[in-house]
Amino acid sequence: MAAKKRILAGTVAALTVFTAACSGNAGTNGTNSTEGAEATSAAGATKTVKVAYGKWNETDNWGKWLTSVKADFEKANPGVTVELQPIEGSQYATKIPLLMMDGKTAPEVLAEDSFMINADSEAGYLEPLAVDAWEDWGKFNEGIKAAVTATDSKVYGVPFSTDVRGLYYNKELFKKAGLPVPWEPKSWDEVLSASRTIKSKLPDIIPFWMNSGKAGQEATTMQTFEMLLYGTDDELYEDGKWVTQSPGILSSLNFIHTIYSEGMGPKMSQVLTAQAGQVLETDLMPNQKVAIVLNGNWLTGNWAASGSKPWPEALDVYGFVKMPTEKGQAPGFTSMSGGWTLSVGAKSTEKELGFEFIKMATNEQHNKEFAMLDGALTPRTDVAADAEYTGQPGTLYGVAAEFITYTHVRPTNANYPAVSTSIQEMVEKVASGSLAPDAAMQEYAKSVERTVGADKVATK
Amino acid sequence: MEAINSRFPKAKRKGNGGEQWRAALFLSPSWLLLLLFFFVPAVLTFYFAFTNMALTGAAAANTQFVGFQNFVNMFQDATFRISVGNTILFLIFSAVIGQQVMGFLIAFLMNGRNRVFRSVVGSIVISGWVAPEVVCAFVWFAFLNDTGTANAFIQSIGFEPIAWLYTFPMVSVIIANVWHGTAFSMMVFQAALGDVPKEVEEAAMIDGASAWQRLIRITIPMISGSVVTNMVLVTLQTLGSFTLIYALTGGGPGNATETLPIYMYHQAFVNYQLGYGTAISLVLLLIGIVASLLYMKLLKVKL
Repeated sequence: MAAKKRILAGTVAALTVFTAACSGNAGTNGTNSTEGAEATSAAGATKTVKVAYGKWNETDNWGKWLTSVKADFEKANPGVTVELQPIEGSQYATKIPLLMMDGKTAPEVLAEDSFMINADSEAGYLEPLAVDAWEDWGKFNEGIKAAVTATDSKVYGVPFSTDVRGLYYNKELFKKAGLPVPWEPKSWDEVLSASRTIKSKLPDIIPFWMNSGKAGQEATTMQTFEMLLYGTDDELYEDGKWVTQSPGILSSLNFIHTIYSEGMGPKMSQVLTAQAGQVLETDLMPNQKVAIVLNGNWLTGNWAASGSKPWPEALDVYGFVKMPTEKGQAPGFTSMSGGWTLSVGAKSTEKELGFEFIKMATNEQHNKEFAMLDGALTPRTDVAADAEYTGQPGTLYGVAAEFITYTHVRPTNANYPAVSTSIQEMVEKVASGSLAPDAAMQEYAKSVERTVGADKVATK
Repeated sequence: MEAINSRFPKAKRKGNGGEQWRAALFLSPSWLLLLLFFFVPAVLTFYFAFTNMALTGAAAANTQFVGFQNFVNMFQDATFRISVGNTILFLIFSAVIGQQVMGFLIAFLMNGRNRVFRSVVGSIVISGWVAPEVVCAFVWFAFLNDTGTANAFIQSIGFEPIAWLYTFPMVSVIIANVWHGTAFSMMVFQAALGDVPKEVEEAAMIDGASAWQRLIRITIPMISGSVVTNMVLVTLQTLGSFTLIYALTGGGPGNATETLPIYMYHQAFVNYQLGYGTAISLVLLLIGIVASLLYMKLLKVKL
């Protein structure tokens, strides 16, 4: 009997420990984080600031910048350790919400693509930032501030980059094919006819390259589809509704269809993989295998001395011109601008230190350092006026200023990320020829309606 | 399950009160573990399939019960229908036909041969199986990509290279999965064939049955239990196959290799719709159950 009792007692004890452990898991994040904080302060007064960011390629310019901020921040805040958490670029969009969900893993600081700000703040993942009490806030570009302010008019991120998109064209290949240099297309037809000329005169060259697959994620939505759509008379989101069927969507898909069906695009095996961007930037463009590329200004970052493929003559070979509107209609050109921000994870422990880290990472010195490393455009007016920044060779800061006057931003709506993945599917189906443009648009309409609800969609 | 349930009452009748308690006590940790790590998640999955749970956006902060909405959406979704079709295609050709037939053939041809032959052939086949799926995917990617071994070979004999993974995506993943999974079927059939008594075959041989007749009339009926078990196991493994396809083609191009697990992943973690993804997983479970029951019915065998 005694043995039996001992077993029983043991089982009960084990059970208690077990359930306690489980309830700890399921418990609120608040409790856990305070426990965590006590534990660390007792262990020797060290605090940890976790910084999650995307590692986009082997060059890892973001890592270089954040490492330099980490050194300064640790020096200025004794007892604080900054833990950098690089996340593989192609996995970033999936992993970051999973990290932010839980108090144990939520990073104090994270790089947030500005289009995610509404969705992630509504999900309760982001902490509103007290930017008004920060003197530097006045030095940020007003237009970009709008992109980081959520629908509740609170600011959830401090921008550290912005960008513009347009067409790169290879001057040497253009000359060889007998096309005019400098080239300034006035409509999509002129872009297509230049591509056709390249195809017939230089059969070994890829005439036109654009991100076209799901693997390209937001790059496919923004650099390809939205660069086309915002050059038509239609937009993605109008008067509080998602426009899911419109002549503009159809024209955009027809453009993509024309490129691929006439064999003017890259091979599917080149463009539909997650490595497509890297292949383009470090192989196809430097080795002059592609004539026209629809992409963003930051590609130059790869070709800088510190980049993964140093190439000082890049901008002598490739010109960067504005994307024309569909038929050349006013204002004649179009561009898209996005940008990345640093945000504070709402469920993290050291939120105040997190914001302090962000302030340092985006101050004049570190933002300039970042912009010059990465080839990004700065959101800060003081850096934008800095002679060292504007005078840097091999970058597009000069032309970008003109592009920005034609630019559009993505809809600031919590559903945007989900709509964006539907766009990527639609583009891939048209590019790979598995659906005709009108069928792809109808499928897109259904998919968006499913995500946002029938009352939030419109047809034009 | 039936077998387990029918065994329990017997034990109950035999044992006295004390033994019962002791048995319950010793079993309780395992029951508890089952409850916590199997039953609770299963019930939760079932529940989440009826919610709008999401990875971001307002639904992430405030998950709501939406009834059958996820299932209604699913059946209106063309991509879902395509991925069900792809799943069935992948299942039939890579598991039911490919792995089973190949596995049986290898096992049958190895049966009764000398040890050296058996161990050489066996270890070659098994090497495909012990390699983790992601390694298999890399092996096949290296073989099939634009500058891969397959193209190097066909170019050396004067043909144009082929973008295998884009021109024949489904065929490529099916072949890769057959290569990966055949060893499992082979081992099951080896064990089963080893159990077929020699006397029966010899008796048939004396009666004048041809080799083909012996195979069809004697060997296969005698191992039919193993055939069904193997079919069920292989089906369930293949239904859940994710890594191999994801690493090889990511479900593309377009939706050409988008099977249900890939579609579920895309919806849950790329599209951030966890509730919808969970609903898809329920359908996947259902397909597994239906397929297993179908095999048992067709081959008139009980597990």
